Amino acid sequence: MTEIKILKNILDENRHRADDNRQVFNKHGILALNFIASPGAGKTTLLEKTIFGLKDRLNFAVIEGDITGDYDARRLAALGIPVVQINTEGGCHLDAGMVHRAYQDFRLDKVDILAVENVGNLVCPAEFDLGEAFKVVVLSVPEGDDKPAKYPLIFSEAGAVIFSKIDLLKAVNFGLDKARADVRRINREAPIFELSAATGQGMGEWLEWLSGKVESMKGDEAG
Amino acid sequence: MHELAITQSLIKIALAKAEEAGALRIKKINLQIGRLTGYVPEAVEMNFRMMTPGTRAEGAELDIQWVPVRCRCRECGTEYRSEELDLTCPQCGVLSGQIIDGREMFIDSMEIDN
Ligand SMILES: Nc1nc2c(ncn2[C@@H]2O[C@H](COP(=O)(O)OP(=O)(O)OP(=O)(O)O)[C@@H](O)[C@H]2O)c(=O)[nH]1
Ligand SMILES: [Mg+2]
Ligand SMILES: [Zn+2]
Repeated sequence: MTEIKILKNILDENRHRADDNRQVFNKHGILALNFIASPGAGKTTLLEKTIFGLKDRLNFAVIEGDITGDYDARRLAALGIPVVQINTEGGCHLDAGMVHRAYQDFRLDKVDILAVENVGNLVCPAEFDLGEAFKVVVLSVPEGDDKPAKYPLIFSEAGAVIFSKIDLLKAVNFGLDKARADVRRINREAPIFELSAATGQGMGEWLEWLSGKVESMKGDEAG
Repeated sequence: MHELAITQSLIKIALAKAEEAGALRIKKINLQIGRLTGYVPEAVEMNFRMMTPGTRAEGAELDIQWVPVRCRCRECGTEYRSEELDLTCPQCGVLSGQIIDGREMFIDSMEIDN
């Protein structure tokens, strides 16, 4: 019997594909975002309102990840933007290869923001880089203020954190201060937005920040 | 479900390396898995048993060495273990930690018959 050294990351292949995607997005000046949240946290509604609020200024494309069905893709296509639906057929996350296949359908030169709605799940998507510029982690207040402490990995990886459905704050007794402090304990930089896609409360700040991100990315390119 | 994706890559890497090394059989695969990953041993084990019959990896043992979460302070350089992921440096008391260990999903080595 012989022992051989391997020293290889099991997720290397996904990582390489993600790096390839990232290069493509950079080349075309696309800000790619990976939206991650539990099922029903309000990802699609937030995307609808975000696109509605910025589509006069910015061009969007969306990749919808769902286990099955195209409900969300149809909701977004109604806004007149290009949408591709990926069905994972039971898979709990999108991977970089799926995203690569999906964006072949877009005219990338015409895209400023590529929003990817990942499969509803706070655990598995943390492990699979898609090539995004950053992850947007959405926590809806009815899920409880203990979620950042219970799912630290995904919150530590977030480039932006959104507490959504803030209109329900009183009804569900969500401790904003606790949740904010717990996010900060594990993520020093990510801005935290508190908003309601339903009432529009807090949406302005998020939209400004997001369009600022696109501008600074395009600025970097020019400079 | 993402154990399926993980098990598939694990088997792919192991079989490629076994072939390279001219192995007849893989006896044992030594893994290093970070405490922060969502790795579920039972699920990977089950997938592995289902996906390896007829290959050189059939019957191989999966041995996991768990890697604890460690952070390094960006201010003072202190390295510390963090049971519940917390970036607060025990020395400075500020949020200055960077995760250095705990996210690995590595095949460290294999024992083979050739
Ligand atoms: N009160 C309130 N309800 C909201 C808000 N945003 C979304 N909802 C509701 O929450 C439910 C789920 O919203 P979706 O946008 O479909 O959530 P999702 O995260 O995309 O769901 P999946 O893709 O199925 O995981 C719907 O009934 C929405 O109307 C909000 O800001 N406030
Ligand atoms: Mg949705
Ligand atoms: Zn320190």
